[in-house]
Amino acid sequence: MKRALPALAATAVFVVPTLAQARNVTLETTLKPYGGNGAYVALYLTDAAGKYKGTLWMAGEKSKYYRHLSDWARASGARPAEIDGITGASVGSGKTLKISVDLADALIDAGYKIHVDTSVEDGMDNPSEVVAPLDTASSGKILAGDGYVKSFKVTF
Amino acid sequence: MRRLHAVAAAAVALLLIVVASTGALLSLQPALNRVAYPAVTPGVSVAQLADAVAARHVRVDAIRIGRDGAATATFNDGAGRETEVIDPRSGAGLGAYTPSAFFRFVADLHRSLLMGEGGRVAVALTALGLLALCLSGFALLARSLGGAAKMFRPIRGDRTRRLHGEIGRFALTGLLVSSLTGALLAAITFDLIPSSDRAAPDVSASGGKPAPIRALSGLAAVDVVDLKALKFAGASGVFQMRSDAGEATVDAANGAVLSFVETAPEGRMEQWALALHGAHGLWAFALMLGLCSAGAPVLGATGFLLWRRRRGHGVGVQENAPAEDADTIVFVGSENNATWGFARALARALAGENFRVHVAAMNEVGPCHVRAKRWLVLTSTYGDGAAPASAQKFLERLARLEGRIPVAVLGFGDRNFPQFCGYAQRVAEMFDERGWASLLPMKRIDRRSPQEFAQWARGLGDALGCALVVEHIAERPGTQELELIGRDLYGEAVGAPVAILRFAAPDLPDFEAGDLLAVQPPDGDMPRFYSLASSTRDGMAEICVRLQHGGLCSTFLHGLAPGDRIAAFVRHNPAFRPAQGVAPLILIGAGAGIAPLAGFVRANRDGRPVHLYWGGRSPASDFLYEHELAQSLAERRLTCFRPAFSRCEGAPAYVQDRVAADAHSLRALIAEEAQILVCGGRDMAQAVRETLDRIVRPLGLDLATLRSHGRYLEDVF
Repeated sequence: MKRALPALAATAVFVVPTLAQARNVTLETTLKPYGGNGAYVALYLTDAAGKYKGTLWMAGEKSKYYRHLSDWARASGARPAEIDGITGASVGSGKTLKISVDLADALIDAGYKIHVDTSVEDGMDNPSEVVAPLDTASSGKILAGDGYVKSFKVTF
Repeated sequence: MRRLHAVAAAAVALLLIVVASTGALLSLQPALNRVAYPAVTPGVSVAQLADAVAARHVRVDAIRIGRDGAATATFNDGAGRETEVIDPRSGAGLGAYTPSAFFRFVADLHRSLLMGEGGRVAVALTALGLLALCLSGFALLARSLGGAAKMFRPIRGDRTRRLHGEIGRFALTGLLVSSLTGALLAAITFDLIPSSDRAAPDVSASGGKPAPIRALSGLAAVDVVDLKALKFAGASGVFQMRSDAGEATVDAANGAVLSFVETAPEGRMEQWALALHGAHGLWAFALMLGLCSAGAPVLGATGFLLWRRRRGHGVGVQENAPAEDADTIVFVGSENNATWGFARALARALAGENFRVHVAAMNEVGPCHVRAKRWLVLTSTYGDGAAPASAQKFLERLARLEGRIPVAVLGFGDRNFPQFCGYAQRVAEMFDERGWASLLPMKRIDRRSPQEFAQWARGLGDALGCALVVEHIAERPGTQELELIGRDLYGEAVGAPVAILRFAAPDLPDFEAGDLLAVQPPDGDMPRFYSLASSTRDGMAEICVRLQHGGLCSTFLHGLAPGDRIAAFVRHNPAFRPAQGVAPLILIGAGAGIAPLAGFVRANRDGRPVHLYWGGRSPASDFLYEHELAQSLAERRLTCFRPAFSRCEGAPAYVQDRVAADAHSLRALIAEEAQILVCGGRDMAQAVRETLDRIVRPLGLDLATLRSHGRYLEDVF
């Protein structure tokens, strides 16, 4: 699914003056067949210093469960504005979440990292179970998480 | 109220069947988990348990005590994250944790019908519907039994009605708990109740070298029974511990509690609702709830049958004259529409005599009705003297009316109820108090008797100066041909001929001793009812018929020869039947009233104590069932038999004399919860009633009480 990212666009780092300076990035998260309720998945960016920069996607709509995505909650302050307009349904067992975002060129190959937090009701909380570098070199490489994420892939 | 009950049922029926049956299935889970996982018992601290688990693994992420009662540990020893079941006392590993996929599926079905958010909303509405059903069902049942304080009285009616009432009464509490907590949980899920599930505040660890877990005072202070989840410190240097009380963070280096967020009141409410709804850890309670849930589909089916029956009677009255220019108003007070049938028949007959008749429900009474020349009020009674559904507003509205016109009140009821036609009586008294003229004295019709109704109508015709012939049989099922296969005649010598008649048919209907055989006399007159002395199992229908002087049907029956056929049907008579169980039975009857009693003795195969008192005229002439009863005594199907004869040599006696003579032993039997069944003529029943009342007084009882508990039943003709 392709989405505009108003929340991201509003933050200074992500400002994309023209599309020429942006790159379309696809994030593909496939979950293990853990066989439970739908998983909450948060995808967000940190900079080279590990500082939270913005959320790319929130799968799961009930804000009261967000605290179980503990790294994301701590880093972002779990403010509703952080995910306004970039929230979707939770991801079922064995299912794939595929999103594409336009990211400013300046963010790529600059030490930024994409974090994946997952959580399932009556199951495990997995903060930052995947941390993927945002470099062209690792485009298309498959990473596995130690929680519910079977594979995670970033393609430019 | 009844309408609310039916509408709520129709609205949620299908969903409720799914939700209730899955709920019943899920109720097995706590019991199964109780067997599958070792119980969490007090005496071990969180620090001890965490230390033991940590000692076995490279890295432990969390320990959890799930709602399913399983203690589990999530760890990573290099082969990815795994979850195992642990012994909550020793921390020993008990193998991989694989919660049942089947129960998860059932739980999903139960919570959301596998349809996500929309399904959850539907289930939540179902819970609300069930709540409405429970409350309205309770109100209806209480009303029919004569008040909330009498909820445990026997429920009367046919099999469907009893099944509905009895299962409903049993399942009420469980369904109430399930629906209330279910609705509450849904409200929490949908954030209708604000959740103050706050995150722990940011804390910074002391950053020191991690100490051995067992030495951490913050973890040592908490017992495992209170633990819900413990997240290990890892790189953060802080343990996060969730318990019923709240959420704490504990420093991994010095064991200090860095923060504690208490569970908010709403959180506690959710914990309680979850504990009650899922009955986690309370396996016996869970099974109880499950049994109640399993009752829900049966309630739905029987409720549907009852509803359809009520509708099937129909209330439409053809050629109903407008209220304004009617001279005769027929008011109907009916709970399940049976009385409407009588009203229709009456209206038809009156219209045939050129009266302008308007039929209306009692609740509709208003100023437009006082212009008529006469009112006829036909009403049943609900439960213990309460107004039936279509009459609930009658008395209140009547009190506001001006005019006074002649009125006749006819009550429909069941003599076995303590308040026989109690509501009709109240209505008649109200008319009296307010000075309305009485067209006819109030009359009571026992169990929809067509004869009694026809007789009342004749009386009405006399009062109105016309010949009113009204025939109405509440339910006239198709008749069936029965062939006379046996006939014994008694009592001719004493002027009271009684015939024991046995009929057979290739396919006998379903009946038991005490039910009624309705015999159609050959000229097409209304059927007459005779108590059956046999059940379908005996392969024949046996009745006792006393020859009535000038009696159309009894003369016909006495004239039958073996091989002759009659047209008949069975009417069930559940109000006159021994209660189930082993409590003693006291059977009292006279003359042909022995029939159902002999049938009860015949059916007593379990050696239940049965004491029979019976009155006849002469042992030489009308000793009905003499040989069979002697045989029953020998086979112990009958414990004791006390016949009385009113015209014998020596000491003539009536059955009530025998009863009075045995006062002492009867009192002992009644103290043992004995049930009394009386069958026979009106005078005998009256005499027996007075005698028994004197007998039970010393026990602090009276017949009204026994009657209301279903321990004193009469079948009087």
